[in-house]
Amino acid sequence: MPDFPLFPEQASTFAGPIDALYGVLIALSLIFGGILPFIILYLMVRYHRSQKADRTNQPEGSLPLELTWTIIPLVLVLGVFFWGAFLYIDIRTPPERNLEIYVIGKQWMWHAQHPNGKRENNELHVPINQPVKLVMTSQDVIHSFYIPAFRVKQDVLPGRYTTMWFEATQTGEYHLFCAEYCGTEHSRMVGRVVAMSLADYERWLTTPGEIILPDGSAGAGGGDSTLIPSIGDPMALAGAQLFTNLGCVGCHRDDGAGIGPSMVGLYGVETRMQDGSLVTADENYLRESILNPGAKIVAGYANVMPSYDGQLSEDQLNQLIAYIKSLSDSESASTRLSNAQIASVVADELK
Amino acid sequence: MATTALPSRGYLEDDTPTVWAWIKSWLFTVDHKRIAILYLLAINFYFLLGGLAASVVRIELITPQGDLLSSDLYNRAFTLHGIIMVFFFLIPGIPAVLGNFLIPLMVGARDMAFPRLNLFSWYLYMIGGIFALSAAVFGGVDTGWTFYTPFSSTYSNSNVILTIAGAFVMGFSSIATGVNFIVTTHTMRAPGLTWFRLPLFVWSSYATSLIIVLATPVVGITLLLVAIERIWGVGIFDPALGGDPLLFQHLFWFYSHPAVYIMILPGFGVISELISTFSRKRIFGYEFIAFSSMAIAIIGFLVWGHHMFVSGQSVYAGLVFSFITMLVAIPSAIKVFNWTATLYKGSISYRTPMLYALGFIGLFVIGGLTGIFLGVVAIDIHVTDTYFVVAHFHYVMVGGTIMAYLGGIHFWWPKMTGRMYNEVWGGISALIIFVGFNMTFFPQFVLGYLGMPRRYHVYPQEFQVLHVLSSAGSTVLAIGFIIPLVYLTLSLWKGKLAGDNPWDATGLEWTVSSPPPAHNFDEIPVVTTEAYAYPPEAAERDAAAWRPGSPL
Repeated sequence: MPDFPLFPEQASTFAGPIDALYGVLIALSLIFGGILPFIILYLMVRYHRSQKADRTNQPEGSLPLELTWTIIPLVLVLGVFFWGAFLYIDIRTPPERNLEIYVIGKQWMWHAQHPNGKRENNELHVPINQPVKLVMTSQDVIHSFYIPAFRVKQDVLPGRYTTMWFEATQTGEYHLFCAEYCGTEHSRMVGRVVAMSLADYERWLTTPGEIILPDGSAGAGGGDSTLIPSIGDPMALAGAQLFTNLGCVGCHRDDGAGIGPSMVGLYGVETRMQDGSLVTADENYLRESILNPGAKIVAGYANVMPSYDGQLSEDQLNQLIAYIKSLSDSESASTRLSNAQIASVVADELK
Repeated sequence: MATTALPSRGYLEDDTPTVWAWIKSWLFTVDHKRIAILYLLAINFYFLLGGLAASVVRIELITPQGDLLSSDLYNRAFTLHGIIMVFFFLIPGIPAVLGNFLIPLMVGARDMAFPRLNLFSWYLYMIGGIFALSAAVFGGVDTGWTFYTPFSSTYSNSNVILTIAGAFVMGFSSIATGVNFIVTTHTMRAPGLTWFRLPLFVWSSYATSLIIVLATPVVGITLLLVAIERIWGVGIFDPALGGDPLLFQHLFWFYSHPAVYIMILPGFGVISELISTFSRKRIFGYEFIAFSSMAIAIIGFLVWGHHMFVSGQSVYAGLVFSFITMLVAIPSAIKVFNWTATLYKGSISYRTPMLYALGFIGLFVIGGLTGIFLGVVAIDIHVTDTYFVVAHFHYVMVGGTIMAYLGGIHFWWPKMTGRMYNEVWGGISALIIFVGFNMTFFPQFVLGYLGMPRRYHVYPQEFQVLHVLSSAGSTVLAIGFIIPLVYLTLSLWKGKLAGDNPWDATGLEWTVSSPPPAHNFDEIPVVTTEAYAYPPEAAERDAAAWRPGSPL
């Protein structure tokens, strides 16, 4: 006989506040949904046709009553709304410094790559007490990355990035579910999230293993086995190599003297476009500019870049974007360093 | 009453010489009452079919492994359940059956404004139904009733086009019915029947019709776009073809959220009628109930984004949709409070329709309150796409719409057929449905908060206890639905003759014979009183006349 919990485990910083709000909503619901039935039951019995009761002077309506039961619920729901709104803004605003992990969803598995190049399938290893930000995309249909114990969920869409962040508080293993229906094996697109101490996480990052690449290829050589070693180059380094091999570096020179704009310090900054609009260079902008360069042209440059649509896997796109982001890291070239080092930098800053 | 003979020319009677002529007299009828009966038969058939699919799903979920069905079959079963129940039962249900039958009677007209259009809408419904059925027979469809892209438009290998065609054609049937209701309410009201003398059922059907006419074309076009992308590979929703996957969700929910109100608003109307009649007094706060229907209809158009809180929409969009969603709670609460206040100083009888009405209030309160939970984005992030959502919308749609539908069917059964159903069995099955419903769906709130995602064929062991409880409840619920089918059918032959007004209710439909004559009114009535014009002493008199042995 399995145990019979009513609440899931609380394993992230969001779990407590969300459960508290949930508890208050249940309490408010009990006031309405718990008391009202008794009023109805009382009236049902008191004024049943078999009962002698005073039935004279029936009210036909009452403005004061109508206002009472309009205004009190209105005030309550607005209170709940604002409480929930502030919590929501927290949930959607990741701290500046965080550990970025790239996630790719496909029918029917999850693939994650950590900044130091370590990859995993259907699992996500994260350190506790560190803000972790997931940058996610899908290779096919819409999926949704859901960790009930952390109270977080975010749809994962094809053709764009969505992000989600959390900070685990308890070591342990938790369910990872795909929450958006995605076809035949939807209910098997599950896995586990392993929250570990920072030291364990660092050790795990350097532990070898084998994984499947999300595009089904076995990496460079092809061959019979689809398994490849789980430890590769750090993402930013792999991205730097792609940046050179694909020829990007010829136009996007670091000194800004190239045909295309420099990538240094670009990420996260508002950039003026040819049509006068301002665009923040986030993951989605970078992605679009690689796959469909003509969509937004930076002011002062010509629309001459060829499209890389169809030439890059989601995996390679992630690496390129990780590299471009690393060029904006003013304090240190941290994302070019090992993941463990970033993690400790984060840890230091939090102290 | 039992000695009253049926009137000579009820709408059910025929002098057709042959069976073929009799069939033709039904299939080519333009009588709104006969069309309502045609709808009743068809809609109940689909309800049973959708219920069958639900039973298959619930049986599979008794164990965490996928042992009864393959994943593909499971996905087809819940999709069939959703599509049949939403498009072919809940949306047309109350308007097409009760609305068609009652609106001309309630407004004092001899028929709908467009009787032929009315018949045409039934044929459209049947054609749509045949498309959906053949999709199910020839391999099924596995997209879920929501048809999310790019899964539905590119990746699914099932009969998406056929199903979409069914829903598309069904949409036109809804529109035809909606137009008919609007025009009938505007132009065919009897002399003296001003807007504020209309029964609340007419008000809520009017609000429903406005939503149908404004929103249904959007889903029609959206489904057409899915078909275009699927057949010709035109990039609309699939990013691999240059489309936008979220565009579909915006368009789909722009219809499908108001569609929830298409399902529940007519139910509100039915409940208002029942509560008033069985309390033997005027409904409390008539204007507030009427206007809250209109408010729900209007606000309902502005909340579609609350289905997309985790889809990647911006924080600002999330906040705005959350805020407007909170506002929907208010008109809904106003209705519940007014119904409760109506009971005060009434003379209440526990007849079957009233039991359904009281059950409706209880279940709708839970459904509505959990809607507030889901409207708060921070909580929605955790519980969306879990069983919490499944439980919530079943409380609204089954606990709300179906309770109202059954309550209405029982209430107007004597008017529709001229016969009384068995009151004892009626009360028993109403109680069974109420208990079975809560057993089935209440555990699902707990499951959802624990994190059990919806549409899962296999699931972790720890959720099994609650799933078993839910499946056990669904058995009780199924029994509760089958009993009325039996005694209502039997009542057609065995039931006591009802008489014109067995409930002593107000309203024009009770002034004509049961079943009503083919053209409703020999003379168009002149209305001089409001709806629910119970004299102030009606409740008192009713209670004074009660003796042990009278109906409870």
